[in-house]
Amino acid sequence: MDSKVNNMRKLALPEEILLKVEKPARYIGGEINCACGDFDDADVNFCMCFPDVYEIGMSHLGIQILYDMFNSFDRVNCDRVYSPWNDLDRIMRDRDIPLFAVETQRPVRDFDFLGITLQYEMCYTNVLQVLELSHIPLFSRDRTDDDPIVIGGGPCTYNPEPIADFFDMFYIGEGETRYRQLLDLYLKIKNEHPDGWRSIFLHEAAKVPGIYVPSLYEVSYYDTEGGGEFPAPHPELAGTIREFRPVYDDIPATVRKEIVMDLDDTYYPEKPLVPYARATQDRVVLEIQRGCIRGCRFCQAGMIYRPVRERSLEFLKDKALKMLKNTGQDEITLSSLSSSDYSHLQELVNYLVDNIHGRGINVSLPSLRIDAFSLDVMSRVQDVRKGSVTFAPEAGTQRMRNVINKGLTEEDIIHGSSEAFAAGWNKVKLYFMLGQPTETTEDVEGIAVLSDLIARKYYEIPKDKRNGRVQVSASSSFFVPKPFTPFQWCRMNSRTEFIEKAKLCKANFAKMLNAKSLRYSWHDADTSVLEGVLARGDRRVGAAIYNAYKKGCIYDAWTESFVYQNWLDAFEETGVTFEYYNERVRSFDEILPWDYIDCGVNKKFLWLEWQRAQEGRVTGNCRMGCAGCGALVFGGGVCFENTN
Amino acid sequence: MKIRIKFGKYGELKFIGHLDVMRYFQKLMRRADIDICYSKGFSPHQIMSFAQPLGIGVTSDGEYFDIEAHSTLSTDEAVRRLNEFSVPNLPVYDYRLLPDDAKTGMAVIAAADYIVRPRYPERVYFDIKKSWDEFMAQETILIDKKTSAGEEELDMKTLIYENEADEGSISFRLSCGSVINLKPETVMEKFFEFVGYEPAEFELIIHRKELYAAAGDGFISLGDMGTVIDKGFSEDDKGDN
Repeated sequence: MDSKVNNMRKLALPEEILLKVEKPARYIGGEINCACGDFDDADVNFCMCFPDVYEIGMSHLGIQILYDMFNSFDRVNCDRVYSPWNDLDRIMRDRDIPLFAVETQRPVRDFDFLGITLQYEMCYTNVLQVLELSHIPLFSRDRTDDDPIVIGGGPCTYNPEPIADFFDMFYIGEGETRYRQLLDLYLKIKNEHPDGWRSIFLHEAAKVPGIYVPSLYEVSYYDTEGGGEFPAPHPELAGTIREFRPVYDDIPATVRKEIVMDLDDTYYPEKPLVPYARATQDRVVLEIQRGCIRGCRFCQAGMIYRPVRERSLEFLKDKALKMLKNTGQDEITLSSLSSSDYSHLQELVNYLVDNIHGRGINVSLPSLRIDAFSLDVMSRVQDVRKGSVTFAPEAGTQRMRNVINKGLTEEDIIHGSSEAFAAGWNKVKLYFMLGQPTETTEDVEGIAVLSDLIARKYYEIPKDKRNGRVQVSASSSFFVPKPFTPFQWCRMNSRTEFIEKAKLCKANFAKMLNAKSLRYSWHDADTSVLEGVLARGDRRVGAAIYNAYKKGCIYDAWTESFVYQNWLDAFEETGVTFEYYNERVRSFDEILPWDYIDCGVNKKFLWLEWQRAQEGRVTGNCRMGCAGCGALVFGGGVCFENTN
Repeated sequence: MKIRIKFGKYGELKFIGHLDVMRYFQKLMRRADIDICYSKGFSPHQIMSFAQPLGIGVTSDGEYFDIEAHSTLSTDEAVRRLNEFSVPNLPVYDYRLLPDDAKTGMAVIAAADYIVRPRYPERVYFDIKKSWDEFMAQETILIDKKTSAGEEELDMKTLIYENEADEGSISFRLSCGSVINLKPETVMEKFFEFVGYEPAEFELIIHRKELYAAAGDGFISLGDMGTVIDKGFSEDDKGDN
């Protein structure tokens, strides 16, 4: 018995700490299907980090894909680390315990690479937390040959400038394509230059497609006031970027994103990790396609992941069965930006519902366009009395929806709702955004009006055929302009404007005929305006992030940890203002901080879309006709769908 | 058919909680293709019930859960298959058929065996065995126990069915289950109070050894209530011979 009781992997944390902290399962690794590689036997140890709590990080498909890929590489060991929760964070600081990876329990600092996925801006202070707890210098310039290479990836790398000083490099685009090349380069240079390898590797890595090494690019700015060295050519450009250029001639001035063109012939885990502690997404995730044909003008994902590339039906059927068998999960869900646009959706969903649903496994459907097909499959997999149908009109009036190019009409929504009501549903969820460009009072009021119209439609059903009272739940977030969207130039609303709009919206709900059937909630304005600065910021914002972190900011994405005042103080100290980064209309000739990145979709197209938006003109989706966005350069996907 | 499965919990997996253990075994049933029964409805769940939750930080040789199944493998084959898809620190030890009218382990559990040790033996200045024997030599050991009716004074001694101490550890069989559940921590708290010892935080290393139902004047382990399955069969085969 005793041998088994003590059959414990060597853990980085002493038992009395693990017994003290909330959910110690976050820190022990050893999950089902873990690679559990041999640290000492590997040529390269890569530590993958999701800078948020374990349950969030374990729900992320991208890490599972890359983890699986790295561990399939010869002599590479990939382990993982997540942000320690606040309770353990304090203990580790008090006792000076270095942060460790969960499987090998080895200090993060002992790894060759620390790869940090950047999924949302509000995780930036957690990046600094992970670095500091790992005893890795926060600034790239302070790191030595004894520190890992800190590399960032994920959607936020489409403008990594605010955090550029904290990273040695960024991988721009999809991770499946260049890592083998990058690791081989690393091994070669480390072998040739055991001392001083770091700077040589950074220089050489900057030549690898998709790799951006921020320290090898220089930025200068126009003076904010007259009389300086670099006067702005016109007042609008005061304080903006004057020049952004590589410091060496042999590294590229622009970095093109990496992209996988054949999604059937690439890495995809058949044995995803299954954590002991319940992940936020405790289910098998099947990524059916990448990219989106729609072209909503506020949506960054819809632009940066172009062109749309689908996985084949056969690939997905095969992976679905294998992943369910290998994990024992009781639920499978589809992942994509717009599942209704997947060419084989009906066949796939029917296959899953017919072959997998039942036998204790649920098929959870993503938000599909509400029509006869989706209502039919939904009625087969969920209890209509409990379930709800979801629409994302994003704006309250048709005028506003034309501005944002959201191709969902009032008629679609009302018709879809009435079909859902006829089939027995009585709950509708609606997602809106407040603060999009050109928004008027009428557009804000339109949110309540549209919600009420849906409720009215319900009450057209004869009383004896209704399923109780209808419940329409509308929620709104505040619009944050993002890089590589047609709205990258636009003015973002201030915190005060946002709150006024939300109050106006709320007041209008109270006036509606069916007010008792309507609910309205809105997202926090403080994090929205901050996200605005972090999303479109330049390198000068880095100092504010650093100061906010030093004041104790971590877990900013968590309402209970977020301290807005600390950020305001940090802004004040570093000269970062909401006025400059959020509340200013940028002009076409301004050099945007992310202009050196080439995501396929070009600036001219985005500018044209910005003009069309202001004129309220819509642009058709990729399958209706090519709008010439530029993603054609990748030579595949939807751009070549009907041209064999 | 009803089946009772016995498992152990060791090493770092003592840090996963009871709900995590339940979810773990639900997934293990699917990975190992156990023909378990599901409830009806839109969110079917496995017919599975655990005898007694095990707290975070406690290891065990003898945990149980019961399932209902449509068909079964032999005991040997099922244990082999479950372990093939499980992890070494959550080993499956046994898999037995229960009578059709058997109550769940949760319903019949009456006692549990524990062994407890001090986490920091160097702090313990007294003779564990001697002090324990003195402690148990008291006529009564009164404790306040919360019941549905409020607080009630109980003689803890009547709830400690067997006990033995040596120089480094104390073993005892305690009343366990929904009626009167005596925790090893409660016993040890009372013992330290008796000795006048100030325990450290997380003073005890606790290991559970076995769970029992009442049987006549004594106890029968939950596992012994089932029978070994020599050959797999399906519910449809029943009554053929």
